[in-house]
Amino acid sequence: MAALKETVETVESIDVDAYKYGFTTDIESEKAPKGLSEDIVRFISAKKDEPEWLTEWRLGAYRRWLTMSEPRWAKVNYPPIDYQDLYYYSAPKTSPGPKSLDEVDPELLRTYEKLGIPLREQEILAGVETRKVAVDAVFDSVSVATTFKEELAKAGVIFCPISEAVKTHPALVQKYLGSVVPVTDNFFATLNSAVFSDGSFVYVPPGVRCPMELSTYFRINEKNTGQFERTLIIADAGSYVSYLEGCTAPKRDENQLHAAIVELVALDDAEIKYSTVQNWYPGDGEGKGGIYNFVTKRGDCRGRNSHISWTQVETGSAITWKYPSCILRGDNSQGEFYSIAVSNGFQQVDSGSKMIHLGRNTKSRIISKGISAGRSQNTYRGQVSAHRKASGARNFTNCDSLLIGDKCGAHTVPYIESKNSSAQFEHEATTSKISQDQLFYAMQRGLSAEEATALIVNGFVRDVLQQLPMEFAVEAQKLISISLEGSVG
Amino acid sequence: MLEIKNLHVSIGERKILDGLTLTVGDGEIAAIMGPNGAGKSTLSYVIAGREGYDVSGGEVLLNGENILGLAPHERAAKGVFLAFQYPVEIPGVATMTFLKATLNAQRRARGEEELQTPDFMKRVNEAAARLGVAKEMLRRPLNSGFSGGEKKRMEILQMALLEPSLGILDETDSGLDIDALRVVSEGVNALRARDRSFLVITHYQRLLDYIKPDTVHVMARGRILRSGGAELALELEESGYKDYIVEAA
Repeated sequence: MAALKETVETVESIDVDAYKYGFTTDIESEKAPKGLSEDIVRFISAKKDEPEWLTEWRLGAYRRWLTMSEPRWAKVNYPPIDYQDLYYYSAPKTSPGPKSLDEVDPELLRTYEKLGIPLREQEILAGVETRKVAVDAVFDSVSVATTFKEELAKAGVIFCPISEAVKTHPALVQKYLGSVVPVTDNFFATLNSAVFSDGSFVYVPPGVRCPMELSTYFRINEKNTGQFERTLIIADAGSYVSYLEGCTAPKRDENQLHAAIVELVALDDAEIKYSTVQNWYPGDGEGKGGIYNFVTKRGDCRGRNSHISWTQVETGSAITWKYPSCILRGDNSQGEFYSIAVSNGFQQVDSGSKMIHLGRNTKSRIISKGISAGRSQNTYRGQVSAHRKASGARNFTNCDSLLIGDKCGAHTVPYIESKNSSAQFEHEATTSKISQDQLFYAMQRGLSAEEATALIVNGFVRDVLQQLPMEFAVEAQKLISISLEGSVG
Repeated sequence: MLEIKNLHVSIGERKILDGLTLTVGDGEIAAIMGPNGAGKSTLSYVIAGREGYDVSGGEVLLNGENILGLAPHERAAKGVFLAFQYPVEIPGVATMTFLKATLNAQRRARGEEELQTPDFMKRVNEAAARLGVAKEMLRRPLNSGFSGGEKKRMEILQMALLEPSLGILDETDSGLDIDALRVVSEGVNALRARDRSFLVITHYQRLLDYIKPDTVHVMARGRILRSGGAELALELEESGYKDYIVEAA
């Protein structure tokens, strides 16, 4: 209720242009020369002072990438990307790995303040309402600050930029990096493997329940700069971690490329809950600008009884191409995918999930809610498969699409494949429009068209919102309303 | 309270209301009776402001103000309440959430303080108890999976909370068994007030045994053809609508 009120107030408080994170930060940065070559890959690796194995790993990926071509099967359209016209490395000049927040450029701190991301621990502690959340802030290609590191270290949890983990925990990184999303996985993943800049690294030791939510906040600032972050989360046996990723970018007329990788590994009895609130700049009212979001996210339920759950709220990006997946390798492991994808204006979304059942009695569940408005196209694409040994595998998939207006589209493309006769897969899909009956009914009781739409949409996405950590559910609810602003009337 | 003057309404080429004129005084309960297709539901929708109707002439005055140019939610804030013949399901939105959102939206529109949760809960619980609405129902998504009787009771509950100056009951008796009809009618009767009028639209006399009208108007072919007191309803029960269908043709 408070959320609804807040939603409405937020919607009312913004002007014609709804994207409120569109400001740019004026900060000097250090960039690699434009374009991509072995030299650039070496440059990035050298900048990060990486061990040789990693430089070679990157170069291997780069060489592989040269032989690959962009996937074209998704229902999205965009002009060819000139990969030589991009910067692959950009870092704020002043902070080559600051030791403490006091060393972080105040301009950067102000940026995160404006974004509502708390980086000062004492400020977080002073807040009565907010629960503690540890934040890793990634600005363009580098991590600029990570909070609560010490408190987490007491619990044995490692939470740091991946560039730091390469140095401080090389064995862990070498063991798990690329073990879920192989270097050769797909065009964008291979590109990422060659040039990835920074991202978060999490390791939760056996039996530890991570004492707070972990969060990474990604911000693209520089022009013409691709962002290629890489996140690796390992939950060792019997551990638990909940992680949230948020992202924004300034408004720019040209498109910006974002090709990230997230790898999750859950060992025996471990659980990882990964939530995303994706709010990259979606482009303007004419469809100009916006982020191309080509992301590979995959979780490996490597251990018995392990559990990985993806929850995502997607409102941003000009193009979204991502399919957070679970490989259910361990017997009795469970994978979940809860998604709300909102598209408006000229946005194109091709998103969904893959549940690959390899182990016995593995269970998965996919709940996807797509909301299309304006002239956007919203496609759910999902794959559920059971391999020969996956006896007793079960999946339940539910894809609902809601259309607002008559110029948008919703599409559902499920792939279902079973090689084991005992597997049980269920797929449900519905497409509906916000009916005039519903709108009129709510308006007759006193709600404006926008309030009524927000309420009906909130009802539509409720079972997914319930999966998000409380604070973020409210945030997500606001975001959805803002994204849909101007879609009725 | 309500004055409708020479109202002409069509949907596309089809004329539905053809110069309808009707006055309902303060505190009055006016029954509109008529055969199917007389335009009764259209009348209620046009008063409430539903889109899709082409109003080509006439006025609808609420307390002297023509409301035809207002959006539905603006009319609601001015005191128009329509109890739907077929209340709409809103999946995923808890009834309680919906009730509070609508009540406070109306209060904001009128420049009144919003109700805080404890006050609001008190009001809802009282109204729910009067209408025999289980608390459990208030937690369920609005109208989703409610029986016909439950939906109608929920309409009256909303009316009780929103305290309109004009309550329109569109075929509220349809689909109700006799017990539900009694509960709903008692709910409406409890809301009778000097500054609150009702337009009770019904096909059958049955409802009027429970909600006693001050005036009865016979509507056919988009017009009021005859007006009288409560006894007119009884007469219609005897004779049916055939005379009016002929007369209007």
